Amino acid sequence: MSDMMDDMDGGEGVVKKFMFVNRKAPHGTVYALEGLEVVLISAAFDQDVSMVFTDDGVYELIKGMNTKGIEVKDFSKTYRALEGYDIEKLYVEKASMEARGLSEDDLIVDVTVLDSAEMASLMAEQDVVISF
Amino acid sequence: MLHIVNKSATERNSLESCLRMATKGSAVLLIEDAVYAATQGSVAAAKIQSAMADLQIYALGPDMEARGMAGRVLDGVKLVDYGGFVDLVTEHSTCQSWL
Repeated sequence: MSDMMDDMDGGEGVVKKFMFVNRKAPHGTVYALEGLEVVLISAAFDQDVSMVFTDDGVYELIKGMNTKGIEVKDFSKTYRALEGYDIEKLYVEKASMEARGLSEDDLIVDVTVLDSAEMASLMAEQDVVISF
Repeated sequence: MLHIVNKSATERNSLESCLRMATKGSAVLLIEDAVYAATQGSVAAAKIQSAMADLQIYALGPDMEARGMAGRVLDGVKLVDYGGFVDLVTEHSTCQSWL
């Protein structure tokens, strides 16, 4: 409780490790787009932000989407803008990528590929984990 | 019978249930997140490939394109557009959607 009060009193200089975990394919549900928007908002608070793409979440990063036919917004290019918001920690789980026949070359942004154990320890060291 | 599947095979078991129940000669149309199953290298691809012996497998082209998967479609899977979707529905007396 006292920690929490300190955080709230301080208002500035408190940097926590935030992880956003993306596990859904784009377009089929709204999770991927909503998750991306929350990450962009979080950038305004100068926190230590990581984004993780695992399971079907890896599909969010595929190059060459063309959403014209299904008449929805193609937000995949927004992942490229994350760098401009100082969100540069993007992680993809190796097993999830391989299970989908994908490689780093298929992705629209540069990512760090982690094995499951590395991903687990990265998750364990976070202050806040938010899932989409 | 036309079976329609719209959920990712790596997130739900809809495709698996569909393929278990679909009888020889039936058609299966993959739409929305289900189209990933018909892409090369996917863990679900093997299920589609073995199902093709008895079933006609279709996938909705606009959904493939929207997901950046148009270049990775499995051989033997027929892509249809929205007009083709309507044709499939009219050609079959019954449709079952595996929601």
